[in-house]
Amino acid sequence: MTNALEIEGLTKTYGSGFEALKGIDLQVAQGDFFALLGPNGAGKSTTLGIVCSLVTKSAGKVSVFGYDIDTHLSDAKLHLGVVPQEFNFNQFEKVFDIVTIQAGYYGIPLKKAAVSAEKYLKKLGLWDKRNTPARMLSGGMKRRLMIARALVHEPKLLILDEPTAGVDIELRRSMWSFLEEMNRQGTTIILTTHYLEEAEALCRNIAIIDHGRIIRNTSKRELLQQLSLETFLLDSDAALERAPELDGFSCRLDDEGVLEVDVHKRQVLNDVFIQLQQQGIKVVSMRTKANRLEELFIRMVEQNEPAAEAVTEGRK
Amino acid sequence: MSAHALFTAYITIVLREIRRFTRIWPQTLLPPAVTMTLYFIIFGNLIGSRIGEMGGFDYMSFIVPGLIMMAVITSSYANVVSSFFSMKFQRSVEELLVSPVPNWIILAGYVTGGMARGLGIGVIVTLLSLAFTRLQIHNLPMVVVTVFLTSALFSVGGFINALLATKFDDVSIVPTFVLTPLTYLGGVFYSIDLLPEFWQGVSMINPILYMVNGFRFGILGVSDVNPFVSLGMILSFIAVLSFIALKLLARGKGIRH
Repeated sequence: MTNALEIEGLTKTYGSGFEALKGIDLQVAQGDFFALLGPNGAGKSTTLGIVCSLVTKSAGKVSVFGYDIDTHLSDAKLHLGVVPQEFNFNQFEKVFDIVTIQAGYYGIPLKKAAVSAEKYLKKLGLWDKRNTPARMLSGGMKRRLMIARALVHEPKLLILDEPTAGVDIELRRSMWSFLEEMNRQGTTIILTTHYLEEAEALCRNIAIIDHGRIIRNTSKRELLQQLSLETFLLDSDAALERAPELDGFSCRLDDEGVLEVDVHKRQVLNDVFIQLQQQGIKVVSMRTKANRLEELFIRMVEQNEPAAEAVTEGRK
Repeated sequence: MSAHALFTAYITIVLREIRRFTRIWPQTLLPPAVTMTLYFIIFGNLIGSRIGEMGGFDYMSFIVPGLIMMAVITSSYANVVSSFFSMKFQRSVEELLVSPVPNWIILAGYVTGGMARGLGIGVIVTLLSLAFTRLQIHNLPMVVVTVFLTSALFSVGGFINALLATKFDDVSIVPTFVLTPLTYLGGVFYSIDLLPEFWQGVSMINPILYMVNGFRFGILGVSDVNPFVSLGMILSFIAVLSFIALKLLARGKGIRH
């Protein structure tokens, strides 16, 4: 089956001489929910910008559902929906007009566009605001408006660049469910995000980009399996004065009196509870400390740092 | 995209442009109407009555075609340059760039939008002029063709200006320092016969002179230059500027990184 997105040897050097992409290869299968992660300035937005024709590439090949953007750009664009990182609609236009005008650019007549706009504005909770000028919307509403606009022509590949940046937790969760529903219905989704919890919750496959190179491209499951150490937070029924001694485990009390226990991959969590019980400590609740993916991400980017610096040094 | 889809995309751009300038009519439609009325009163009535005849017509009749053309030129140009530059500024131009609309449809849509405003202003100024003089039409096809082509030409010019502009100052530099002097020196208020021979020659390299005179020929039947040369000049300029605009669009000048 043709991949939803194929990138081969993609490079981008800006006019200033900054080398944003240094030869990226990436494949995203149809129906995937894919995350492109990386620190600020790693090349995520440049990569997606090239796919969406907002940035011109220096070299390499990009194809969307088999359509090469060099030779079949119009066909490639028909399959793409884009939600950029920053608000990029006319702030003076009304919500409904923004969505239907976008449909018009895809050659969809107004009557049909109005039906599609109603469908997505309702799904995203913006139907009541359809006659409101976009500048009057809250930040979260503006983000949802950009999603409705990106979907109005029913694209097969939806690209979201930091879709939930600055959005409160409740709204973020509702946007997650919406995106999951879109993905279940067959839309391939690629997102970049700084909320690694978001990537962990939504995505099946993940690529990590740093200094313009893909440093990891694998399934989320495989990535998480690399975690050798996990920290658990345990709440006891009574306040503890000091951390108990646990044989084989590193254990400490945090500032709020919560017990932090490091459990290695080869260790058994049950041993922690047995030892605590022996010391008369009852655990009433438990949770993992850090976002697992975040931990891995930081480690990988840190590992990549010296190599990347060496490359930069070498080119100076 | 199919022909129908292309037409839908084109109409979408045109209607959005028309909606934009009609929504802000006190900024777009009213000022030229007020300015031109003042020109009619001051230059046409008060000063014009003391000037006497120009090119065989009373002064008011002589300047009306030029003033209509001046309003059409400035409005066509201003519409496209301000609309497209503000789209760049707000980044809403990205809505167009991610869509499959071909560049020539983008250009055609904006030029038609500019023409809609330019010609709309032309009609408003013409109706206002009727309160001051009796307009005769010497050659209607010439009037229509000249005003349409001139409006199209300056809409393309505005589009190129918007593509090249990086800040708001760049949007006003060309209208203030190029268009206005060329228009005033393009025979709107006088016949170049009044000028010394040297300045007559200099005037002949002003493209706006040809447009004003082509239009004046359509209305009054008099012109400082051959009206068909005027049409040829306008068509040539449209072809050259459209080519440049499409090249800049293809390169993504000012709109793609």
